[in-house]
Amino acid sequence: MALIELEDITRTYHLGEVDVHVLNGITLAIDAGELVALMGASGSGKSTLMNIVGCLDRPTSGKYRLDGDDIAGASSDKRARIRNRKIGFVFQNFNLLPRTSAIEQVMMPLSYTAANLSERDGRKRAEDLLKLVGLSDRMDHTPSQLSGGQQQRVAIARALINHPPVLFADEPTGNLDSRTSEEILAMFSDLNRKEGITIVLVTHAVEVGQHAQRIIRLKDGLLDGDSATEKHR
Amino acid sequence: MTVKRTLLTALRALRRNITRSALTVLGIVIGIAAVIAMMEIGKGSSGAIRKTIASMGANQILIMPGAAASGGVSFGGSSALTMTAEDCKAILADCPAIASAAPVVRARTQVVYQDRNWVPTFIYGSTADYLRVREWTRLTDGDMFTESDVRSGARNCLVGQTIVRELFRGGAAVGQEIRIQNVGFRIIGVLSPKGANTFGMDQDDIILAPWTTIKYRVSGQSASSGANSAASATASGAGSSSNSIYPGASPIFHPPSASQAADLPTQVRFANVDQIIASARSGGEIQAAIQQVTALLRERHRIGPGEADDFNLRDMTESASALASTTTMMTNLLLAVATISLLVGGVGIMNIMLVSVTERTREIGLRMAVGARSRDILRQFLVEATILCLIGGIFGLLLGRGGAMLVKEFRGWPIEPSVEAMIASVFVSAAVGMVFGFYPAWKASRLDPIEALRYE
Repeated sequence: MALIELEDITRTYHLGEVDVHVLNGITLAIDAGELVALMGASGSGKSTLMNIVGCLDRPTSGKYRLDGDDIAGASSDKRARIRNRKIGFVFQNFNLLPRTSAIEQVMMPLSYTAANLSERDGRKRAEDLLKLVGLSDRMDHTPSQLSGGQQQRVAIARALINHPPVLFADEPTGNLDSRTSEEILAMFSDLNRKEGITIVLVTHAVEVGQHAQRIIRLKDGLLDGDSATEKHR
Repeated sequence: MTVKRTLLTALRALRRNITRSALTVLGIVIGIAAVIAMMEIGKGSSGAIRKTIASMGANQILIMPGAAASGGVSFGGSSALTMTAEDCKAILADCPAIASAAPVVRARTQVVYQDRNWVPTFIYGSTADYLRVREWTRLTDGDMFTESDVRSGARNCLVGQTIVRELFRGGAAVGQEIRIQNVGFRIIGVLSPKGANTFGMDQDDIILAPWTTIKYRVSGQSASSGANSAASATASGAGSSSNSIYPGASPIFHPPSASQAADLPTQVRFANVDQIIASARSGGEIQAAIQQVTALLRERHRIGPGEADDFNLRDMTESASALASTTTMMTNLLLAVATISLLVGGVGIMNIMLVSVTERTREIGLRMAVGARSRDILRQFLVEATILCLIGGIFGLLLGRGGAMLVKEFRGWPIEPSVEAMIASVFVSAAVGMVFGFYPAWKASRLDPIEALRYE
């Protein structure tokens, strides 16, 4: 059974009198352990699709199952719980809390985890993750003391704190230079290969897409191709 | 999200913006400090006012003997001889609403010191409790007479300021001897000035002595022999004393021989007192005190049901109601000022929390993305506002106390720490945080995570 199953997903925004159809029926499945790139031009609906798959938004119609759970009709509290336990987010602009140390950034999602982890266990887990992303010597640094690449690594560690099965990265290299981008993308490949985490990269850059095993293309709210990359063919 | 984590998260968020948190808190600090200082100073002054009014006699109850009548002829108020010093002791012991009580024996006669004389408005015989009842315990000089002075009928007395002025020309009075109707009294204390009472009578024109002394040495003589008091006093003075005061004056009556003296019946010592003056524990207990005293005296005087009292009770209703209305007005005024300062502080909190919500929109979006439910966000902002206000309340409390103490130190205003105000201010500051923090917190919790994340 696939980890993510979408069936005829549509999303319509009501802007005053006008209805804007952003997604026009998307059917798609992603298996556990895949590294997928979701690509498309600006306005193709890839961000909207990611928001729906990431449980931040609800589809106007269609069915969505994540890890066997029906999400399309879930309450906002249930979606919050799923985001906390099963999904990690990495953003283009990192979204770190200002004036907060790296270790506290990473521990932050634990505050919303129902299963209580003691402060010490949480700290231990956050330290392990910061080591995993290569920041063992930067744990007490605040974002202003970290480079862009380091900030994005903190964000990745934060996304992994609850051991989610799936990680969404929305233009994760959009604010980084090409060398740092390569490092971050290599880290995603590593996480995917070694930890078995399913990763969905949302990007419009072709070279980013080349790091994935599979590329899903979107155009005008419809699927416009679904293929394995050359690397993995 | 556990309570501990919520608190930690809120504290971290506040620490991240320490300057703004401090400035926000300032509003509440000033508000609460104003409340505490106002309450302490206000309570102090209202206590001082209460004391002043009470010393005018607001809490006092006057217990007078009733009218005696003989063959249909009434002798007017206070003519019965039924009130005793034992009644006074019983009132003090058995009436819980009575704070203190003292018997009073009055006399009106001439007082002599060297070549000066004076007739004081009040020559009062009482017990050591008298000054407590009158709230007049501060003495300008010397000491009050004691219970043993009362028991032994010691010839010690205290004088008021007017006496000092008239007999001693304002000089030192303590240690001097004065004569009240030919009885020598040593002055052991000088009362503090009290001024005129509400009827314009000079309360400083007073001599205070043990009631036993006044009763049996001064007024007893004059009362028993009526109009001939002066003559009989001279006579019973047995010649020698009057001769030493007025050398050359010959006795009007022939001195009684030994057999005549033996034939004279022994004088009956009436132990009655002219009135009992008592004070209730507080203005509110005056009515209870009156009831208790009435019941007790009826029992002690063996007055059967249906029979009329042989005594009268008077309270100072006018002064008491003035006291009550002053205190109420004072409290209301303070409450109004306190409410306004807290309201201003609360609006400040709301303002800053709203700014904070707008500024931290991205943070809210992120927290929602990693699994915060809207109620978690609501709680976080509410807890932040409440913590801010609580911290402000505690600092305000300290500042207010300090301010009140400074005022006492440098201006000499009376202050009175108010525990109720302290407890209330902590609760009120927390409540202000919750009430004024709710709208911003609610606004934060309604944010759409997608838009919040995209917010620039």
